[in-house]
Amino acid sequence: MKNTKRILNIISIIALIGLLFIFEQTFDSYKMRIVNLCGIYVILGLSLNLINGFTGLFSLGHAGFMAVGAYTAGLLTLSPAMKQMNFFMKPIVPFLAEVEWSFLPALIMAGLVTALIGFLIGAPALKLRDDYLAIATLGFGEIIRVVFTNTQSLTNGALGLKGLPTHTNIWWTWGIAFITILFMVFLIKGSYGKAFKAIREDEIAAEAMGISLFKHKVMAFTMGAFLAGVGGALLGNLLGTIDPNMFRFTLTFNILLIVVLGGIGSITGTVISAVVVTVAMEYLRVLDEAINLGFIRIEGIPGMRMVVFSLLLMIVILFYQNGLMGSNEFTWDWFLEKKFLKKSGKKEVKQ
Amino acid sequence: MASMTFQVFMQHLTNGISLGSLYALIAIGYTMVYGILRLINFAHGDIFMIGTYVAFYGVTLLALPWWLSFIVAIIFTCFFGMTVERAAYRPLRNSPKISVLISAIGVSFFIENLAIVVFGGRPKAFPIPPMFNKIINIGGVSIVSLTFYIPVITLLLLMGLVYFIHHTKTGMAMRAVSKDYEAARLMAIDVDKIISLTFGIGSLLAAVGGIMWGLKFPQLVPLMGVMPGLKCFIAAVIGGIGDIKGAVLGGFILGLGEIMLVALLPALTGYRDAFAFILLILILLVKPTGLMGQKLTEKV
Repeated sequence: MKNTKRILNIISIIALIGLLFIFEQTFDSYKMRIVNLCGIYVILGLSLNLINGFTGLFSLGHAGFMAVGAYTAGLLTLSPAMKQMNFFMKPIVPFLAEVEWSFLPALIMAGLVTALIGFLIGAPALKLRDDYLAIATLGFGEIIRVVFTNTQSLTNGALGLKGLPTHTNIWWTWGIAFITILFMVFLIKGSYGKAFKAIREDEIAAEAMGISLFKHKVMAFTMGAFLAGVGGALLGNLLGTIDPNMFRFTLTFNILLIVVLGGIGSITGTVISAVVVTVAMEYLRVLDEAINLGFIRIEGIPGMRMVVFSLLLMIVILFYQNGLMGSNEFTWDWFLEKKFLKKSGKKEVKQ
Repeated sequence: MASMTFQVFMQHLTNGISLGSLYALIAIGYTMVYGILRLINFAHGDIFMIGTYVAFYGVTLLALPWWLSFIVAIIFTCFFGMTVERAAYRPLRNSPKISVLISAIGVSFFIENLAIVVFGGRPKAFPIPPMFNKIINIGGVSIVSLTFYIPVITLLLLMGLVYFIHHTKTGMAMRAVSKDYEAARLMAIDVDKIISLTFGIGSLLAAVGGIMWGLKFPQLVPLMGVMPGLKCFIAAVIGGIGDIKGAVLGGFILGLGEIMLVALLPALTGYRDAFAFILLILILLVKPTGLMGQKLTEKV
């Protein structure tokens, strides 16, 4: 049985690589961008799910974390010449002016800086609970945005950064998404994951069992911030342009939507829903454009896409509260069992 | 600082008081809903926005006299708030807190996106009746008459609300529901009705606040409710959420603080929107239940 699973794992990894390769060969740049966004949203969804879903901390500061990651990676990878062009209002702080890193160290640095910020925010804020925590983290996210708008010599203020090197490609996004999935699977299986879930279910009982609430909460929060920073960095270097207004609360909401639709506390659910939501958001663009049925022409209404999308979300929240997967995960056991259900069913009847 | 004369200071003070009263009026809606449902009504800022838009369309599209249009807007918003409660919160009454919170955020986004489609994203100019636009001069301090009307209207509404809550039977039922949901039901109080009424009153105050907001800052956009909404929630938390006096206190602290920050330290003008959040975090860390909130003990 163990052998079969190993073979299945290898086959599916090869299939994934093959699929990405086919995408790269056949898709145009618009479709490639969607594939990239899917990968980035998988990372972001998992990072929010770690904080909100597995540890039960209702955090709404993700847009702020992404901003920190995107700006860190952006400033580190931007070439000195481009920096001079960008910072025409006020010169950039000297220690960043001549820096030009390659992508991988910049990504790691983005994650680390965001994790540090996450730690600094989490350490005081995680004393709060539920709604209070939600509103405090939302506040921190907004503060980050306001600070970035005003620190002209560090972030170029409201003008944002333009001409970032577009390092991000599907191998980066899906590679990191894959590593994130593995990391999450092992983390949740291990003792830390059990502690996180215990805290989610009942804080007082968890504490009575000897779990340090503060340590584990800060740990989950910092790890989530790290992943959000990496996701933000990938997004920045995919789009090529960033400005503080990109990182509004709406962005956090999109990620929250992915987590809720997939099932709060399910890795599989988040991965599936990240892909589905990202692709669906693109398909729903049809609603914003005019539809030509040959005999009749329906004028598109700009903004209709988001109305339909938020309506779908409300329906899911009101009627399918568990989302796609609830808190279940995809396993090979489940897959094999379902596939051979007929056989085992018959056996039972015979006995 | 030294260059600031008494007149200029008084101007800032009156400005701060009038902004503070607006914040207070909207914050009451948050605090009342939280007191009863233990829920942040994220859609409150959007209900406020709807109120302002209806008043705008009443004057411009239906050509109603301004006072009639304002009354229609207030009544409409009142029912709109009740509808939001009915559709998005009532079905989740026995669900985990996180679901309700997500539903609140979801309905808020739905209203915003719908408003973008229905009202259009382009800013609209709110028509200001002349009586709110006069310049009054008191001892060298010149203020717009609106700056004077806002605190007065707020005060009148507050007195009415306090009377309603403390001296009527329905108000008593409301207090009972916020103290103990189950026990109130056993006392034959129709809890659903009371919750609906709470949303109605909160939305009514939000509509009045929204119209006055439109008169003060006459530019309407569909997302105009987001920032005031967040700030007024913060005001409610600072004062101690669930407590009406606290919401008023928080509103004034926030309004005065914001105006004074910009007036006294012009270098920090860009950080104006962050001020509320920084204040919130400081208060939450020092006194998590707010300035007037009671301490709750954890029950196992």
